[in-house]
Amino acid sequence: MAHAHATTASDQNVWNGGVAPLGASYGKLMMWFFLLSDAFTFSGLLITYGLVRSSHAASDGLAGFDVTKWPVPEKVFEAVPFLHGVPAPLVFVGIMTFILIMSSVTMVLAVEAGHRMDQKAVEKWMLWTILGGLTFLGCQAWEWTHFIVGTDTPTIVKDFVNGQWITKEVFGANLHINQYGPQDFADFFFFITGFHGFHVFSGVLLNFLIYYNTVTGVYNRRGHYEMVEKVGLYWHFVDLVWVFVFTFFYLV
Amino acid sequence: MAHTSHEPEVVVLPPDKAKIKKLWTVAAILGAITLVEFIVAFTVPHGFFKTSVFVIMTIVKAGYIVGEFMHLKYEAKVLFWSVLIPIIFIVWMLIAFLYEGFQLSDINFI
Repeated sequence: MAHAHATTASDQNVWNGGVAPLGASYGKLMMWFFLLSDAFTFSGLLITYGLVRSSHAASDGLAGFDVTKWPVPEKVFEAVPFLHGVPAPLVFVGIMTFILIMSSVTMVLAVEAGHRMDQKAVEKWMLWTILGGLTFLGCQAWEWTHFIVGTDTPTIVKDFVNGQWITKEVFGANLHINQYGPQDFADFFFFITGFHGFHVFSGVLLNFLIYYNTVTGVYNRRGHYEMVEKVGLYWHFVDLVWVFVFTFFYLV
Repeated sequence: MAHTSHEPEVVVLPPDKAKIKKLWTVAAILGAITLVEFIVAFTVPHGFFKTSVFVIMTIVKAGYIVGEFMHLKYEAKVLFWSVLIPIIFIVWMLIAFLYEGFQLSDINFI
């Protein structure tokens, strides 16, 4: 078992590492504290989103987009691949949520298989987890593209250029202009979902490393699959953050 | 030279049926809550009540993910609390910043 080494050496002095009061290995403990610090980072981002949002006037979502009013998310995120022009609010984000939850399940099944030293099962579930992660990233790439390219009908925006006010048609959003609402809305979208997407990306890389080490028998020779558990913690955390992003960015 | 000399003898245990069943139950609960959130998003008018429902459901989901998937519920109590107690700073940050946000909103629009 993974924790076996924590209870050995009972003859050692208490102050010389003979006991593990937290009942977890050093690596696992550090993963927990890293995740705690990462939770603070994401909270900072989401709470700042809440601060900026609540300091803007809210759109009622009935009269199209207005760059002075904070948009209703379900009016912005209502596109689904292959269904052009069909408004399906939040359906695609819902699908992405299910994909990430499923990949969390396959990860925990890989951890369970690792406890039993079942190399073949770990390989199988790690592959499913990697597939889920890549699918999620693909969905996010599509969503970003749609957000950047914009809707069929532009938003009329007043802009101050060379000393005079002009009106122009704006499609989509980037870090300079945003058809959906205040510029801050687009900036937060790119920063929060981007920061989370980067976590998913690094998670997929870590998962692949674990898969590679499993296939080459590294953990069998080591005698335990604790690395699967540690990276599993990170992967579940990525899922956990998405649960919060889903609620506070898309639903509320 | 024996081909298997470098490979240790590994005893593979059979799958723990009860544990795996429980994991799938948790997954079903998470999926069901997401589905309910989805329905609430389109049936309940915007306001304090809707936001509260979302917040409660999100915390329930977070509890299942951290408690069951990340196994925190079954770790040593010291570890459990040393991860959970610092979250109080996030709660404080949330209260302070949202209060600030609404004050800013009053300055801007009233």
